[in-house]
Amino acid sequence: MELDVALLSRLQFAFTVSFHIIFPSITIGLATLIAIWEGLWLKTHNPYYLQLAKFWIKPFAITFGMGVVSGIVLSYEFGTNFSKFSEITGAVLGPLMAYEVLTAFFMEAGFLGVMLFGWQRVGRKLHFFSTMVVMVGTWFSAFWIIAANSWMQTPAGYKIIEGKFEVESWMAVIFNPSMPYRLTHMVMASLITATFVVAGVSAYYLLKKKNIPLAKKGLSMCMWFALVLTPLQAWIGDLHGLTVKEYQPTKLAAMEGIWPAQEENVPLLLFALPNMETESNDYEVGIPGLGSLILTHSWDGAVEGLKAVPPEDRPNVPLVFWSFRVMVGIGVGMIGIALLALLLRRKDRLFENKPFLALVTLFTPTGVIAVLAGWYVVEVGRQPWIVYNLVRTADIVSPLPAERVLFTFIMFVIIYTLLLGVYLYFMRKLIKKGPPSMDELERQMIGMNAPGYALAWVKNLNSDQSSHQQGDK
Amino acid sequence: MDLALFYFLLLGFAIFMYVLLDGFDLGIGILYPWFDEVGERDHLMRSISHVWDGNETWLVFGGVTLFAAFPVAYAEITSTFYLPIMLMLFALIFRGVAFEYRFKSDTSRPYWDLAFSAGSAIAAFCQGMLLGSLVQGVPAGVNSMSSLHWLTPFSVLTGFSVMAGYALLAACYLYMKSRGSIQKHAAKLGKRLLVITLLAMVAVSLWTVVSQVEIRERWFSGYNFLWLSFLPILTCIAAAFAWKYLHAGRDAGICTSNNVEALDVQELDRSRYESRPFWAVALIFLLGFAGLVVGLFPYLLPRQLTFMEAASPDSSLLFLLPGVCIFVPLICAYTFWGYRVFAGKVEDYQEGY
Ligand code: HDD
Ligand code: HEM
Ligand code: HEM
Repeated sequence: MELDVALLSRLQFAFTVSFHIIFPSITIGLATLIAIWEGLWLKTHNPYYLQLAKFWIKPFAITFGMGVVSGIVLSYEFGTNFSKFSEITGAVLGPLMAYEVLTAFFMEAGFLGVMLFGWQRVGRKLHFFSTMVVMVGTWFSAFWIIAANSWMQTPAGYKIIEGKFEVESWMAVIFNPSMPYRLTHMVMASLITATFVVAGVSAYYLLKKKNIPLAKKGLSMCMWFALVLTPLQAWIGDLHGLTVKEYQPTKLAAMEGIWPAQEENVPLLLFALPNMETESNDYEVGIPGLGSLILTHSWDGAVEGLKAVPPEDRPNVPLVFWSFRVMVGIGVGMIGIALLALLLRRKDRLFENKPFLALVTLFTPTGVIAVLAGWYVVEVGRQPWIVYNLVRTADIVSPLPAERVLFTFIMFVIIYTLLLGVYLYFMRKLIKKGPPSMDELERQMIGMNAPGYALAWVKNLNSDQSSHQQGDK
Repeated sequence: MDLALFYFLLLGFAIFMYVLLDGFDLGIGILYPWFDEVGERDHLMRSISHVWDGNETWLVFGGVTLFAAFPVAYAEITSTFYLPIMLMLFALIFRGVAFEYRFKSDTSRPYWDLAFSAGSAIAAFCQGMLLGSLVQGVPAGVNSMSSLHWLTPFSVLTGFSVMAGYALLAACYLYMKSRGSIQKHAAKLGKRLLVITLLAMVAVSLWTVVSQVEIRERWFSGYNFLWLSFLPILTCIAAAFAWKYLHAGRDAGICTSNNVEALDVQELDRSRYESRPFWAVALIFLLGFAGLVVGLFPYLLPRQLTFMEAASPDSSLLFLLPGVCIFVPLICAYTFWGYRVFAGKVEDYQEGY
């Protein structure tokens, strides 16, 4: 069988970038939550906030580590597997990514050391500052990479000279039409993902009757966050969809499963199996007119369908169609949970209602799933273009021997599967172990009141025992 | 052209920072098998666990600088060296995650030790091979994507040389950051590695000069050699300096006092000269790097692609300029601050989160 380099390179990129995004979508939100808890602790001196911050900083650290190692791969993969792409878009995307490194990655990495290991080395304020810097770093990183990605979706501010992109206006490149929506939607998605991870673990503790005060605080806070964030997310998602309709009509048609070149009175499909051969949907179940209402804000607004473009210009419709439904379904489910929490809170049953707690526990990983599904809509929906309507993905792949790409792809699958298993194993272990006890926190706080004191104290302890202590994080 | 030169220098700076910083950090992994007493490996890991991420970011910065300022070169180099780059990335993945998981593991610790040390060694070796095959260039008439032109005796030699050099940096770093038996051990290893590294540098230089006509001419035509000879001479001086202070450290680290105050004063005194070998070796690296640039300038891909040909249009280079001018000094400042926060010896107790 003839191996296809283009297909393998794309599979490999899709696999590695999907693996990567799992971790940023947790770290961006979790960094924000940890900063909030640490700030609240400094303000109120309520030790449970410190306990929350110190408990979650460990899962944060391993998630961050996974994000870093998988991200480094990506920054080289643009060149290794898509050399032609790097050549023609380098002048546009390169500087954006360079700014990402300058303003975000170095900042995150530079202050992460202090955030994780510096509790006894710097004062509380300076430590809080470091946490804030890490948080802002993750946001900046999202800003630049989303700008780059959005430019590939809705290119603007460029001119093409000798087959290569050059920039006419950087403002137009960075703030391209889809960028503000995509950025807000993505950052919100990370906040939501982290919120549901924390809520899920808290609910699990409540079910198991462990670490009750911490779990109550965590769950209660997260349900407030969810109540604000999830409806907002749906609203932003809707606006985001309108820009898709304007700039990438074919993608929208795939998301909604619309085949006729021009359709009025579009139904909202709840179930369908889009069939790319017959150019229609099998087993369609929908609500008439609702699609038009959502997309055009009128009952019989017209929408361009898939048949408006030739078959070779259409993306993989079922994948886009179903990814979109998975994301929106999870989003609606999350709104439901947030409302349910409000209801239970009024009846003072938030921490006791077992089915609810079980449901929240079940929702722990759904943020990540929705993020992945959302990205599949965006990226697969853009195909067959890599830069929308300008450059075809098939034209820019490095002419590598297929066996080499097959080899690295298999290696990635093996290594990443292994790593994901290890990551989940250690997450489970950290959650089983639970937060540091109040005694432990108090002991560590001595050092924060008077930097230097704790060092001397432990040094004495050490020379008494005169043996190396095994580390146990 | 001037802008392109600026970015060429920036790229050099990024690569040098990477080699220096991640050098000692990868080197710790290479030295790992020589430290196997209880607690020693914990100590080694602790000495770098707060900085490895920042150090590796220089690799990302090098990559995107190339991508932003010289897209053609980025595309050519990364796709031409597909396998060694991928191999390096795999290795970096293993060693990167080992930092987090090792300290949290009970039974799987030996595996993380292996992941860390093998990952570091392989990553260093791949970088050395990349260096070697870049110097050699792609032979004429070869399909650069599908041949194995990066796997030659020369590139294997440079692979091992870079490993030795990184291990030397790490030994000097450990000498600075540890006490007692570990410090003594580091001094001993450091001296051996210094000799090995110097021999490797000589071998690689001779091989290059013999086999590469262009580089030979650059070094030896006219009076070039006279003023270029300061590179090898300074290298020898720096090496002698490093040797002297490492040698002085053979009886180091016998701390007798239990009194914390006295200990601190004593330490402060020592730490003045205990950091010297590291800086001397850093100078050796800088000189070696300068020698490389002398041979290759102005090529990004030797005898194929100069930095002028590969440069991005001015609109892109100008856009990035303020960012570089503001943030690179800032990054250096807070990186320095980060090292200051964790200055002094590594402690053997659980610190941090
Ligand atoms: C919206 C967020 C987002 C998205 C879409 C991406 N990343 Fe990412 N990336 C981050 C958010 C992030 C982060 C939050 O900043 C990370 C995650 C954990 C971390 O350490 O930083 C990170 C880490 C990270 C690193 C390591 C940074 C370091 O050394 O500290 C690299 C090189 C990349 N990413 C590169 C990429 C590339 C080339 C992407 C696109 C294909 C990409 N990321 C998508
Ligand atoms: C982080 C979340 C992301 C996910 C989950 C994701 C997912 C995907 C998927 C599934 C593909 C394959 C599509 C196909 O071939 O059918 C793809 C392709 C690609 N994406 Fe993304 N993407 C993400 C972010 C980005 C970003 C931020 C960029 C650039 C700045 C980017 C650039 C590309 C490129 C260059 C390709 C390869 C060519 C191609 O196959 O289309 N992606 N991505
Ligand atoms: C509930 C209502 C929601 C709607 C109407 C909605 C709508 C959308 C739309 C239209 C897109 C853009 C597709 C494109 O640009 O091609 C998108 C992308 C995305 N969605 Fe959603 N979404 C919703 C909920 C969620 C939730 C709950 C999450 C995650 C927790 C999420 C995560 C994402 C991500 C990560 C992307 C890709 C990046 C981006 O474009 O921002 N979405 N969504």
